[in-house]
Amino acid sequence: MLKDISLGQFFPGKSPLHRMDPRVKILLTMAFIVVLFIVRSLPSFLLIIVFLAVIIGISGISFRVVLKGVKPVLPLVLFTAVLNMFFITGTPLWQWWILTITREGVQLAVLMSIRIVCLIAGASMLTYTTSPIALTDAIERLLKPLKAVRFPVHEMAMMMTIALRFIPTLIEETDKIMSAQKARGADMESGGLMKRAKALIPILIPLFVSAFRRAEELALAMECRCYQGGEGRTRMKQLRLSRLDGTASAVSAAVFAAAMVLNIVLPPLF
Amino acid sequence: MIRTEHLTHLYSAGTPFEKAAIQDVNLEIQEGELVGVIGHTGSGKSTLIQHLNGLLKPDSGKIYVDGQDIWESAETLRNTRFQVGLVFQYPEYQLFEESVYKDIAFGPANLGLSPEEVKEAVRRAAECVGISESLFEKSPFELSGGQKRRVAIAGVIAMRPKVLILDEPTAGLDPKGRDTILELIRSYHQQERNTVLLVSHSMEDIARYSTRILVMNQSRVFAYGDVDSVFSKAEEIERIGLSIPQVTRVFTELARRGYPVQPNIYSVEAARAELLRLMRGGDASC
Repeated sequence: MLKDISLGQFFPGKSPLHRMDPRVKILLTMAFIVVLFIVRSLPSFLLIIVFLAVIIGISGISFRVVLKGVKPVLPLVLFTAVLNMFFITGTPLWQWWILTITREGVQLAVLMSIRIVCLIAGASMLTYTTSPIALTDAIERLLKPLKAVRFPVHEMAMMMTIALRFIPTLIEETDKIMSAQKARGADMESGGLMKRAKALIPILIPLFVSAFRRAEELALAMECRCYQGGEGRTRMKQLRLSRLDGTASAVSAAVFAAAMVLNIVLPPLF
Repeated sequence: MIRTEHLTHLYSAGTPFEKAAIQDVNLEIQEGELVGVIGHTGSGKSTLIQHLNGLLKPDSGKIYVDGQDIWESAETLRNTRFQVGLVFQYPEYQLFEESVYKDIAFGPANLGLSPEEVKEAVRRAAECVGISESLFEKSPFELSGGQKRRVAIAGVIAMRPKVLILDEPTAGLDPKGRDTILELIRSYHQQERNTVLLVSHSMEDIARYSTRILVMNQSRVFAYGDVDSVFSKAEEIERIGLSIPQVTRVFTELARRGYPVQPNIYSVEAARAELLRLMRGGDASC
């Protein structure tokens, strides 16, 4: 069933990672990604992997869940690895017909694989431990400087919040409509591509109709409560930096710096 | 007609959130009955009826329609979908075609009927729910709320199912719309003489229209039987937080205080007849 898809993937909890300011978490995740793409030496990667493992440990989210989150990108990892292996020129290790595997290719393949897996695992720690609402709040605050160039930051954040809020609702709705059309004998499991695409019409049209209806109702309800955009709007939950955020930033900065230093002093992976 | 044996369905099976939606449900529904299904939100009503036409697969237990295990093969399952018509809550939200006619014809066309047969099925179904042919070429989205709902119900009736299940067909309608729907269900049941299951939150409606009542509570069958036998457990029903019809309460109380009235009165019409009988009988001291 559609309901089993875990979208938004937020796991509520009380770990230090959950309590951190979402703005700090976003910035640190960005720094993490940058470092990940700068370093090329093995010890640096080991350090990053250990750091990631410690974070997952602190968050209280099981490794199984994280691995499950990485699983969907494995085909992509495999694909890039294979491409890298065969198409990088250098000292040949193995040759057959027109296919050549080079030393450099293998190294790059390994490097990229580690990078992508770490990237996904690291970025998903952000969404696992931050509620979507906190996330959009933080994005709104971080993008605030763009207001100077008349970018509608608040409106965009509100749109994101609403979109996230309605994902589960729409999934549930789709489920219901599918059941209803199946009860009328709609066949969605057999037939060729065209037939299957056609079979989606009885689901998509009611879904669109209901999405528009919901949008209209929501807009009306918001207007009834005098919503008028971000101008002069105050917040119930203020984002405040705490000592925890300071500690987390300091530790992360130290680890990132160490990874960079290791990268410079030790010979790169290739 | 429909028989279930030890039907159990779990939600989120195998996770810490595992919860039984229905547990050990054993039912036998005879042909030609109008069964009223009542219970609190979350008591398992909707889950149960979705099992009866094979939309949900039981975690354990069996469902037989006409003595046939519906999960035996893909074919028996598909047949069941057509034999047991299910009208969901707010069925108007599933309308999608460009015209009323095409929407009602969706089910029969999926059945694989010939165009003439489809036409006949649509005509009959529309007549059944009181949608005139002048509306056939209109878009279903132009109709009023009550009309939309009747068109949606016609879409299921048009498949000529042997069993018709309606999940709260009157939810969100005004009193007039509610009466129209309930009356058309009653007349459909009387005309076609087939089995109807009516899920409702209103004990008044259930008591008035059903021949048998099924009370669900906390994912189990709480009571199942004809109207008299179910309401003879009035106290227990009230203890689980469901009401019995107001007029029944009045008459039970009258009988308890020693007035010569029948306590098994479930509708205002019956109450009036009973009161008139009592007054003509001469000993009407009330």
